[in-house]
Amino acid sequence: MIMNIITSPNKLRGIEGRIKVEKVSRRSILKGLGIVGGLVLAAPVMSRQAFAAYQTGAGKMPHGTVVDPRVFVAIASDGTVTIVAHRAEMGTGVRTSLPLIVAEEMEADWSRVKVAQAHGDEVKYGNQDTDGSRSTRHYLIPMREIGASARTMLEAAAAKRWGVPVAEVKAVNHEVVHSATSRRLGFGELAADAAKESVPAVEGLKLKDPKDFRYLGKGEVSIVDLRDITVGTAHYGSDTRLPGLKYAVIARPPVTGGKLVSFDGTAAMKVSGVEKVMEVQGWPWPSKFQPLGGVAVIARNTGAAIKGRDALKIVWDDGVNGKYESAAYRTELEAAARKPGLVVRKEGDVDAALKAADKVIVGEYYLPHLAHVSMEPPVAVADVKDGKAEIWAPVQSPGGTREDVAKTLGIPEENVTVNVTLLGGGFGRKSKCDFALEAALLSKALGAPVKVQWTREDDVRHDFLHTVSAERIEAGLDKNGKVIAWRHRSVAPTIASTFAAGAAHAAPFELGMGLIDMPFEIANIQCENPEAAAHTRIGWFRSVSNIPRAFAVQSMVGELAHATNRDQKEMLLELIGSPRIVNLDSVKDPWNYGEPYDSYPIDTARLRRVVEVVADKGGWGRTVPKGHGLGIAVHRSFVSYIATIVEVSVGDKGKLTVHQVDTAIDCGMFVNPERIQSQIEGAAIMGLSLAKYGEITFKDGKVQQGNFDDFPLVRIDEAPLVTNVHIVPADPDTPPSGVGEPGVPPFAPALVNAIFAATGKRIRALPIGKQLET
Amino acid sequence: MIKMKINGQERSWDGDPDLPLLWFLRDEIGLIGTKFGCGQAFCGACTVIVDKQAVRACITSVSDVGDRQVTTIEGLHPTGDHPVQKAWRQGNVPQCGYCQTGQIMQAAALLMENPKPTHDQILEAMSGNICRCGCYQRIANAVQLASTGV
Repeated sequence: MIMNIITSPNKLRGIEGRIKVEKVSRRSILKGLGIVGGLVLAAPVMSRQAFAAYQTGAGKMPHGTVVDPRVFVAIASDGTVTIVAHRAEMGTGVRTSLPLIVAEEMEADWSRVKVAQAHGDEVKYGNQDTDGSRSTRHYLIPMREIGASARTMLEAAAAKRWGVPVAEVKAVNHEVVHSATSRRLGFGELAADAAKESVPAVEGLKLKDPKDFRYLGKGEVSIVDLRDITVGTAHYGSDTRLPGLKYAVIARPPVTGGKLVSFDGTAAMKVSGVEKVMEVQGWPWPSKFQPLGGVAVIARNTGAAIKGRDALKIVWDDGVNGKYESAAYRTELEAAARKPGLVVRKEGDVDAALKAADKVIVGEYYLPHLAHVSMEPPVAVADVKDGKAEIWAPVQSPGGTREDVAKTLGIPEENVTVNVTLLGGGFGRKSKCDFALEAALLSKALGAPVKVQWTREDDVRHDFLHTVSAERIEAGLDKNGKVIAWRHRSVAPTIASTFAAGAAHAAPFELGMGLIDMPFEIANIQCENPEAAAHTRIGWFRSVSNIPRAFAVQSMVGELAHATNRDQKEMLLELIGSPRIVNLDSVKDPWNYGEPYDSYPIDTARLRRVVEVVADKGGWGRTVPKGHGLGIAVHRSFVSYIATIVEVSVGDKGKLTVHQVDTAIDCGMFVNPERIQSQIEGAAIMGLSLAKYGEITFKDGKVQQGNFDDFPLVRIDEAPLVTNVHIVPADPDTPPSGVGEPGVPPFAPALVNAIFAATGKRIRALPIGKQLET
Repeated sequence: MIKMKINGQERSWDGDPDLPLLWFLRDEIGLIGTKFGCGQAFCGACTVIVDKQAVRACITSVSDVGDRQVTTIEGLHPTGDHPVQKAWRQGNVPQCGYCQTGQIMQAAALLMENPKPTHDQILEAMSGNICRCGCYQRIANAVQLASTGV
């Protein structure tokens, strides 16, 4: 769907009054729902990819892309090149990868490059939402164009200095060379003149031949923050210190949608170091990204604030969600999955085919809520004074944070500066800026800079949780064991419910994550989405709806292989079917991660290839010791293709050991294979955590977990320590696709398929917990 | 008045003696390399070395420190080139990096006590430190590398 958003006239800065924004990004989705009254400013230079081999959805993100070397590159007279990183670093390596692309293309020597972090300013930098595994995918070409522009300007300046045609000079490793006369000028010597050159038209730029790449695709450059991280000087959200800084923690309503009735801060005020106890404004449910409200304790240090909060006496009104209870809710979801629901994809006649089938296999799968628990809990520092606000925060969406701070404080966006620190993990939690808004409100009220620190319990109990879902698949087989019917019902509270009261069906971006984009070649397919009401804040969690969908679909492949006595991999390849572009004409809005289908189609040849590659490199079919089993799964998400093989064993008392993980990824053209590897290693561990332990439950509307004792994560002594990553080499013209998220979805189904192979026990509900003990 | 020795420097505190060392380090004297992860000694992000032992600063009160020597990541090595730090860089261990100072302090404490740990001893010693990004494979390799010379 395309819609027009009218920008506020006083914000236009001379730019066109209307731009088209498609519902592609997390923020624009909200705008599409009519629930964020935000402003959309046209960027001074919108995405132009006239000569690129492919198109992306980058231009349709809020504020599009900006391709301007004057914004992203500065060259000092000593030759130091500073390149701006405009996306947030949360562990994917993007703060290194994007500037590296610019350096590559402009022929800068990486050892003489400094990276500067952009603050939140999307008019200047273009879209800054670091989410959806989009950064490399949307910025490979724009960053190359920026680098090529800078190189062209340096070459033009040198040619003028020497009085030779520009065609005779060439930038090579931080200098421009005139080989005919062996003259050379360093970038530093050319900086002042190059800055006077006009910025060349993007359409006329010449990009480097990929065979001349020094950095791209090599994986030999470490992340720019590596040393700082190892010596303790890396700057995260909680590390901002300002003169007169106050430290705050907040007691929030224990039930989502609840509110403060009264509080007594007398005892809290007696705690040494506590300076003030005060109410924090909360927003009514559904509260979007706005604060939940509650009572803040302000102190001279965080420890005193926490101790003071423990001494508060508070009366809450639990509100409409006070009866939310996980076991009952699971029953509701599972019941809904057994009844017809909203049809979101329909090919052939699934009812007739199931009736005619020789055998019908039914799989009912359940996956609970998950908390993000990045190692750095939410935290933000704000300094609000004289109608201006400055924020220091680990936010994935600095542009959105800026908009929301301005709106919440009632000041113009120009008066808000959002400094983006390193993120101590994000995983989608830090796409929501409620913690920064809390700090802004408190700083304004106190007239002093404030840090709001969330404790781990705050983080677990007031997260924007990963949804909880029931997935039900019915597969009908003919008498030859061929699957002729496939009905998938997916029931889960939607992220849209956090923004629009009563939203009960999945949004297109959720349907498009493993449900309506299911790639199997089956004659009769029907996907349904029965209603589910939300009773807590639901948000994006790394890989989002792909986690339950891939779990259900790929577990079902294992079940079908067993039912028809076939090898899992052979079953999988048969279901994927012929190499083809999947036709999604029957789907109203295929979403496709916001990407044009022409550039990023569902290509089953690529899907098959990652299965073949992982099977080959990962030794599918090898003989494993007694008690061990191999499992396989494949899933396309964030327009990348990923297949995983897991080898497990299950010991006497149900002790689960993951011996080896092999993952093949086809993410198109890539920048830094070493960081792809680290993302996939980490995805296996996050996948194991969610499969083994991950579960947030509610009773009386309250989250029952609070810390790593009752929401455990996998530790080093139980983690897979052999994860082999096989990157499928890509042609340089193959558009880049996601890396940060797609590693997670195939892990859990590969794991349970392996457990089945080892034990004959089929796990259909996560977490595994104690299911293997009996 | 409580007096402590932190990274070889005298520090004093006349506030709440029960204040966790973590918040004294971070908020009162600005040693921000020690991180807050859980507040309950479940995750190890706040690991510091007291005398020769790895300690969780989030549950250690300043009054418990007494006259023992506290070493934080800032004091581990004058130029940041402790073998564990070097091994971490050589192995490109971190992703987001937030837990890594705690991991490094834990590993450094292990090697002080046991310069040549076995693989299992490494896993056991490091099992109190959580990494949500999942850098464990590289952490295990880096500790091994640090123990065999970088």
